[in-house]
Amino acid sequence: MTEYTVFRDNPGIDPALHAWGWEIPIYLFLGGLVAGLMIIAGVRIVASRPRERQAMVCCTIGPLVGLALLSLGMLALFLDLSHKIQVWRLYLTFQPSSPMSWGSWILLLVYPALLANALVHLPETAPALARRVPLLVTISDFLLARSRIVAGIGLANIILGVSLGIYTGILLGSLGARPLWSSAVLGPLFLFSGLSTAATLLHAILIMGMRDEERPAFADFLISSLSRLTEARAPDASIKPALTIADNSFLTIELGLLGLLLLGHLSSTEAHQQAAALLTVGPWAAPFWVFVIILGILVPLFLQTLELRNLIRHTLAPSLLVLLGGLALRFILVGAGQASHWSVLVSN
Amino acid sequence: MSRYIMVIDTRRCVGCMDCVVACKTENRIPEGYTRDWITETVRGEFPSLSMEIRSERCNHCEKPPCVGCCPTGASHIHDRGGVVLVTKEKCIGCKACIASCPYDARYVHPEGHVDKCTFCLHRVERGELPACVSVCPTHCMHFGDADDPHSEVSRLLASRKGHTLMPEAGTGPRIHFLT
Amino acid sequence: MHSVSRRRFLKISAASVIGGSLAGHALSASVGGAATRPTGEVSRIPTFCDVCFWKCGAIAHVQDGKLWKIEGNPDDPLSNGRLCPRGTGGIGAVTDPDRLRTPLLRVSERGEEKWKAVTWDEALDFIAAKMERIRREHGAESMAFFTHGIGGTFLKNLMKAYGTPNVAAPSFAQCRGPRDVGFRLTFGDDVGSPERTDIANTDCLVLIGSHLGENMHNTQVQEFAEAVGRGARIIVVDPRFSVAASKAHHYLPIRPGTDTALLLAWMNVIVSEGLHDRAYVEKHGHGFDAFAAALAPYTPEWAFPETGIDPETIRLTAREMARCKPATLVHPGRHANWYGNDAQRSRAIALLNALLGSWGRKGGFYIPSSMEVPAYPVPKYPKPARAKLDNPGNKFPFAHETITTGIREATLSGKPYPIKGWMVYATNLFNALPNEEETKRAIQQLDLLVVVDVVPSEIAAWADVVLPESIYLERYDELNPEFFRDPFIALRQPVVESPDDQKPNWWIAKRLAEKLGLQAFFPWKDIEEYLDTRLRGAGLSLAELKRKGIVRGPRQPLYFEEGAPAEFETPSRKIEFYSNQLAQAGFDPVPRYTPPEPGPAGSFRLLFGRAPMHTFGRTQTNRLLSDLMRENAVWLNAVAARRLGLKTGDYVRLRNQDGVLSDRIRVKATQRIHPECVFVVHGFGHTARGLRHTYRKGASDAGLITRYKTDPLMGGTGMNVNFVTLEPATEA
Ligand SMILES: Nc1nc2c(c(=O)[nH]1)N[C@H]1C(S)=C(S)[C@@H](COP(=O)(O)OP(=O)(O)OC[C@H]3O[C@@H](n4cnc5c(=O)[nH]c(N)nc54)[C@H](O)[C@@H]3O)O[C@H]1N2
Ligand SMILES: Nc1nc2c(c(=O)[nH]1)N[C@H]1C(S)=C(S)[C@@H](COP(=O)(O)OP(=O)(O)OC[C@H]3O[C@@H](n4cnc5c(=O)[nH]c(N)nc54)[C@H](O)[C@@H]3O)O[C@H]1N2
Ligand code: SF4
Ligand code: SF4
Ligand code: SF4
Ligand code: SF4
Ligand code: SF4
Ligand SMILES: [Mo]
Repeated sequence: MTEYTVFRDNPGIDPALHAWGWEIPIYLFLGGLVAGLMIIAGVRIVASRPRERQAMVCCTIGPLVGLALLSLGMLALFLDLSHKIQVWRLYLTFQPSSPMSWGSWILLLVYPALLANALVHLPETAPALARRVPLLVTISDFLLARSRIVAGIGLANIILGVSLGIYTGILLGSLGARPLWSSAVLGPLFLFSGLSTAATLLHAILIMGMRDEERPAFADFLISSLSRLTEARAPDASIKPALTIADNSFLTIELGLLGLLLLGHLSSTEAHQQAAALLTVGPWAAPFWVFVIILGILVPLFLQTLELRNLIRHTLAPSLLVLLGGLALRFILVGAGQASHWSVLVSN
Repeated sequence: MSRYIMVIDTRRCVGCMDCVVACKTENRIPEGYTRDWITETVRGEFPSLSMEIRSERCNHCEKPPCVGCCPTGASHIHDRGGVVLVTKEKCIGCKACIASCPYDARYVHPEGHVDKCTFCLHRVERGELPACVSVCPTHCMHFGDADDPHSEVSRLLASRKGHTLMPEAGTGPRIHFLT
Repeated sequence: MHSVSRRRFLKISAASVIGGSLAGHALSASVGGAATRPTGEVSRIPTFCDVCFWKCGAIAHVQDGKLWKIEGNPDDPLSNGRLCPRGTGGIGAVTDPDRLRTPLLRVSERGEEKWKAVTWDEALDFIAAKMERIRREHGAESMAFFTHGIGGTFLKNLMKAYGTPNVAAPSFAQCRGPRDVGFRLTFGDDVGSPERTDIANTDCLVLIGSHLGENMHNTQVQEFAEAVGRGARIIVVDPRFSVAASKAHHYLPIRPGTDTALLLAWMNVIVSEGLHDRAYVEKHGHGFDAFAAALAPYTPEWAFPETGIDPETIRLTAREMARCKPATLVHPGRHANWYGNDAQRSRAIALLNALLGSWGRKGGFYIPSSMEVPAYPVPKYPKPARAKLDNPGNKFPFAHETITTGIREATLSGKPYPIKGWMVYATNLFNALPNEEETKRAIQQLDLLVVVDVVPSEIAAWADVVLPESIYLERYDELNPEFFRDPFIALRQPVVESPDDQKPNWWIAKRLAEKLGLQAFFPWKDIEEYLDTRLRGAGLSLAELKRKGIVRGPRQPLYFEEGAPAEFETPSRKIEFYSNQLAQAGFDPVPRYTPPEPGPAGSFRLLFGRAPMHTFGRTQTNRLLSDLMRENAVWLNAVAARRLGLKTGDYVRLRNQDGVLSDRIRVKATQRIHPECVFVVHGFGHTARGLRHTYRKGASDAGLITRYKTDPLMGGTGMNVNFVTLEPATEA
């Protein structure tokens, strides 16, 4: 029997570490999402068949949305800084051992890469805008005439996207103090979670871009689709299934990586086991199982499989669930990770 | 080179927290915060019990994760004694170092920057002992240079049994607790 | 700082959580928000500490006119350059935002804490008029003065000049009285404060209750740690696994209230095995044979069912004590009034020491000395017309100091004569005396209640006039020529100015004396003249003490073997193993054991004690010290806790045998306490609204002490005779 008492209560630190609040999970979520958008945009632009709607969503709208989301994420990150007036210090130095430092420089590169990607096909995507700002057409023409530059832009987006996505995981993984985070799986996990949220977001944008009469009513998305489970439907003509197919594989990989994370911990030191237990049976278990695993992965996987088999219509439901799951994953991993600790306590 | 360490005799420590309050006054730590703290580990069942009381603070680790993860270089290892310090003017308050410290030794100062034990370098540079060491009524704390084999701390380490905290975290803590 | 658990997840049920939330993290002026190190000149001003009555020499550091920190004075033998946590954090009292700032006059019912701020002249005129009237209508003896600590000296002199003998401090009947009586009856002398215990040199230290390490009387703790470090044998008897117990070779988890049985059994072993210091006993002892005969029935086997300590352990520890004699110190304790038979228990401790030959011996009890400092010449104080009334008919024949609770009783009964006014200096009677209701009812008999305090305490809440005193760091007080191992004189001097209209005791006393026409008793111009005159009488000067803070005299012989006189001021002039004076007064000449009365079924005996970072109820509003412990917790045996479905961190309320319900308090479910009792740190659960920072934080032991047992020898109030049950509490 051991009683262990700490006589301290520094705010943010005790009774368990809670130095990071909502800002960091939001930032990690948005960062992962943007990373996914970049990779998809990069891949799509390299494989380019631009005039098609889905490609425009991936190559142009995606990066534009990405720019906005990234800015939101950066804002969250900035809001989290407790010594904001010194924020410029990030760019006076490069600290090779610090993922944060890497991240801050990567973020600087992400902006032009996203922008470049968006510019390539912007006139086709937004003809009205292009008419008013002829410069956009000039740039686009310039770029489209040089396929190697376009390929370079695509490649840059892919590389930066992968870096950004992995970085959001490594950021946590490198902080040796928290056993829950000390796993090599975290980088890929956040990368694939980012990819799945990005794919699903793009898919959602596609759906919302459908003609009014084709689009399922927003509110009845879940119920109506479920109630029509039994009747076979004609394929949604305007929906290309590629994003949903991709998303399903991302979700499957994410599920596998989560399994790896937990298995890795459970077969490691007692501190790791206790850390994993935070997710599986501890205070974070309920939200983890419900929001991340069931609602965030399994249900959308199921719904999207039905969609792909044309058993139900493509709706926003799986997208919203995947996004919710990705967000929950960040909140839970940041929260539980902070609570996980090396000092293994002997329990009664 | 010097390598400052602390050697704390848990047999003598009574957990009075004088070290905590002395640090607070010496270093003007704001209300509600502390750089050092006490822990109590009780083993056994009444009445066959043992208890270890420890005065804890930043371990000024040999391999400090808090320094590695700092994006601005605010957290750094000082030349003198290998003491781990935070330059508050460089700190942006990202809290990565807080999350990286296995000992929860850091906190966000209300002014925004991160703060932690400095081994009272300002005193040590004047040839004084850290405030917590010099106040301790039980004389259970010792501070000195581990690289000097004749120092009190080296001799104590050589002659008594002790342990460090969470060595499995791999940080190379430099506060030793004699048992 | 209260403790917090790092409760990482559900399985970690062993991790404890105690304490509450941080109400906010406002920067306190006391420590300042600035982490920038100011660069101004630091002046270092010596003085002595007043957070408890140990009076450690200290050096205050003042930077840019602001109090920065305080350290021990290395020249001072009490602190040896190191203060205890309360002393180090004492500076928080200066910047305490809850301090009293001006004199206050009551404007509604007593206890309602409604005040009007007035000038000192108005306040003192009011008091003088009331005191005049009391003198006129009832006689000067009808004023009583309660005081605690060296700060009260000048008001005490004023009360003597006014003509009342009814002056009392809780340090007798509520604290060390029983032990001093027990030791006087045996050795003819007190243990004193600071205690004359030679822990520094002991080979075997026996602590019965005395929870050194939590009880932070500085020199004792320093010497205790030294003894532990040296490997001296440590034996601790306590129903709670105290900090001291964790350092012990033998921890004896005694059933509460049965210590006399253990002491008798120990003496039985030592005497029956002939292990006592025969030469010492023969030379100095009186009535040893009768004493030895009386011990015969108290075998370890007899003591076992009472104490719960097995006979083998009793024998083993007795032999260990004997092996180390005479350097065996059975500590007399300090707060000795526990069960109402405390003078006799203390006498048993004295007798055990006598058997071991430790009184006057190295590693036992040394003979202290002090430096002579002549008094300031003042006229002879008038002789009161009536004797003091705390002990009518000499009911408590061995009370050699005034009994606070006796004055309270007389105030209630109006007999033998009425008490109409109380002046209260630096003692929170609601916290210090048992049974708050009696204190309240007594106060309702008064025409005048004056409280001199530094914060709006519970007793101040009931006052007619509240006088705000300067903090000890802002004032001169009487000199301290301490009786100690090393004789010395120490000076308390102001290191900063009072921030508002607070005044020191000497100023209040002198000014009030003038208003009462008693200025002749305060013939000095100001305190500096007073102190300088006294010091010059000793061949010193105020200037020198202001500079040094302390002047030490030559050490006198400490032990009999060094030539200290072996004198015993008992009737027989010897160590009284058998006490004729006790027999004559109708008491047991050799202590006997009476078992403590059990409490109601399912209840726990309420024990209380100290936490190292707080002094009684004085320091909870001190922001520096409250950072170390913000509220108390109720220690409950872990097994009992599981039975009751309680775990560490849960809030409960304590209900005592008379139905009194405490404020909510967190549970500390721990193996560290005997299942028969619970323990709380004294001094929390403040109910005075003016104490904003600590108002209703934790539970008050004092509030639950509705019963007490009075020691028949000396009137001490045994307070460990209350029982509580625990009720879950959720709402604040
Ligand atoms: N930090 C700090 N130190 C202080 C003070 C303070 O306020 N704060 N006050 C000072 C003063 S004035 C005094 S009087 C002293 C008091 O300090 P001590 O003289 O050490 O007081 P005790 O009453 O012995 O302390 C209570 C201890 O007795 C144990 N106890 C309770 N009942 C029994 C019993 O039946 N038998 C035995 N053997 N043990 C029992 C309790 O578990 C607890 O450990 O402390 C002094 N030192
Ligand atoms: N229930 C219970 N009762 C006890 C004890 C216990 O442990 N439990 N312990 C007993 C013991 S051992 C003792 S010694 C007594 C102690 O009893 P007290 O000495 O009465 O202790 P406190 O309750 O702290 O009350 C001290 C009061 O003095 C005020 N004060 C502090 N500093 C100054 C100052 O500089 N000037 C003035 N004018 N006022 C000041 C404080 O604000 C507070 O109101 O209590 C005894 N009574
Ligand atoms: S001051 Fe010394 S004895 Fe007190 S808690 Fe700190 S290390 Fe322990
Ligand atoms: S204890 Fe924590 S803050 Fe101190 S050096 Fe080690 S990792 Fe850094
Ligand atoms: S909070 Fe400050 S010291 Fe810590 S890692 Fe960030 S910049 Fe460095
Ligand atoms: S070394 Fe100095 S800064 Fe560190 S805990 Fe001790 S007093 Fe505080
Ligand atoms: S023992 Fe502590 S509180 Fe008491 S006088 Fe000494 S330093 Fe001050
Ligand atoms: Mo006391």
